[in-house]
Amino acid sequence: MHLILFLVFAAFCLAGAVNLLLQTHPIDSALSLIVVMVSLAVLYLMLGAEFLAAAQVIVYAGAIMVLFTFVVMLLNAGREERTRGSRSYKVVGFPAVVIILALIATVVLHTQNLGAAGLAEGLSNQPGETNLDVLGTMLFTKLLLPFEVTSVLILIAILGAVALARPGESGKPVSK
Amino acid sequence: MTILQFFLWSLLKVIVVTVVMLLGVAYTVLLERKLVGRIQNRWGPTRVGPFGLLQPLVDGAKSFLKEDIIPTAVYRPLYLLAPILALSCALISIGVVPFGSTNINGPGGFHFFEIADVNIGLLVILGITSIGVYGIALAGWSSNNKYSLLGSLRSSAQLISYELALGLSLVGVVLRAGSLNLREIVESQSRRGMLSWNLFGGFQFVAFFIYLMAAYAETNRSPFDLPEAESELTAGYHTEYSSMKFAMFFMAEYANMITVGCVATLLFLGGWTSPFGNLIPLPQNFFLQALLPIFWFVLKVFSFLFLYVWVRGTLPRFRYDQLMSYGWCYLMPLAILNIVATSLWLAYK
Repeated sequence: MHLILFLVFAAFCLAGAVNLLLQTHPIDSALSLIVVMVSLAVLYLMLGAEFLAAAQVIVYAGAIMVLFTFVVMLLNAGREERTRGSRSYKVVGFPAVVIILALIATVVLHTQNLGAAGLAEGLSNQPGETNLDVLGTMLFTKLLLPFEVTSVLILIAILGAVALARPGESGKPVSK
Repeated sequence: MTILQFFLWSLLKVIVVTVVMLLGVAYTVLLERKLVGRIQNRWGPTRVGPFGLLQPLVDGAKSFLKEDIIPTAVYRPLYLLAPILALSCALISIGVVPFGSTNINGPGGFHFFEIADVNIGLLVILGITSIGVYGIALAGWSSNNKYSLLGSLRSSAQLISYELALGLSLVGVVLRAGSLNLREIVESQSRRGMLSWNLFGGFQFVAFFIYLMAAYAETNRSPFDLPEAESELTAGYHTEYSSMKFAMFFMAEYANMITVGCVATLLFLGGWTSPFGNLIPLPQNFFLQALLPIFWFVLKVFSFLFLYVWVRGTLPRFRYDQLMSYGWCYLMPLAILNIVATSLWLAYK
């Protein structure tokens, strides 16, 4: 049962990713990206990481991609033109893809704890303990510093966005 | 319980819940027409059946029989996808809502009154509703009509803004219950009837107020119905839709109202538990024991829907900039303050 579901959703995920590259219309590409994200969420769910799955759907598919489609709709971007692609890209690109894939594959095959079994083990919970509890404890004990640093990073990004969007001269320092 | 039995039981539950939900949608429309009629000093539908009770069925048949017009300039795949997406998202999210007593279980801990008992039920509902935005956004864009596009832009912006306030207002409740599981949230407020509801005993009335406002905005209902403001945008995002496709958007809107009502009931009004706690002893009859919680649940959801219609009949529409500043400058800071206050109170206790 798990295997069938995995195959179906992995196929969805790959099809979405390929479709994302092949479509010429930006909104079709954006929608394929949503398919990829939602099927990834299902894969997380099957690994037992239900919180991660829900967060994936809410944050990526529900918030970030809505903004993407919003911008595409607002700009009303038309179809892209198809080109043959330049030769130098082909010469450099294909070997580069092969090398990166080989690198990832070696790392995955050599690391015992990176696969699904490792993830499931990391999230394995005592009875009565959900993986939300495990995640929360982890974030606020072991990973507290990176967690807080990330929040500062996001704050900086928000401030940057506000500074850029301010009307008037953007170079001037903000008074107050 | 074998896999086959489990599958058949689940199928039965899905069918029953979907049928009840669709009937609920149909009769919520009638409720709205009747109530708004009374508020405006007229009768509402009275001709079809006794008191107009068959009106929803006739309306359904009518929208099936209407000619289905697809304008030539639409972007076809997305134009056809949008209503399906809107309606299916609206119907799926009811799947994690528990609507009856948890004490009555089948063999092997099988739950009769809930399609799926999910650990993170609340997040699932939020996730599915956030996917539902695409139905509206794509409908407006693919229609290739300026009113539709403006409607869907307004709707997406509104949904993104109010989803923050909505999500944050629920955090206080989750903190009190210590769980995202909807059953556990209800059980955390079941001890002393009405007094231990999150709305009263839990001191989450600020959160309830924020939830109420954000939920009206999320479901595009008056006074936040700017995406389909008739006086400015014809019909907003579904201007170009006719026949059953229009009906699907219509059903999605009312299904969303019902889901929002269910979530409010579960989170703030004690779900299926009796408002009188243990003052009224439980009946000995097995069937009454099973049906009474469902009665309370339906009553609470009904009063929420009643409030929805009442507000629609009473308040004028917001202006767009008022809507945005209300969401970002008042509701969201208020929600954050509520979280801080609730956390401090829980830590103090």
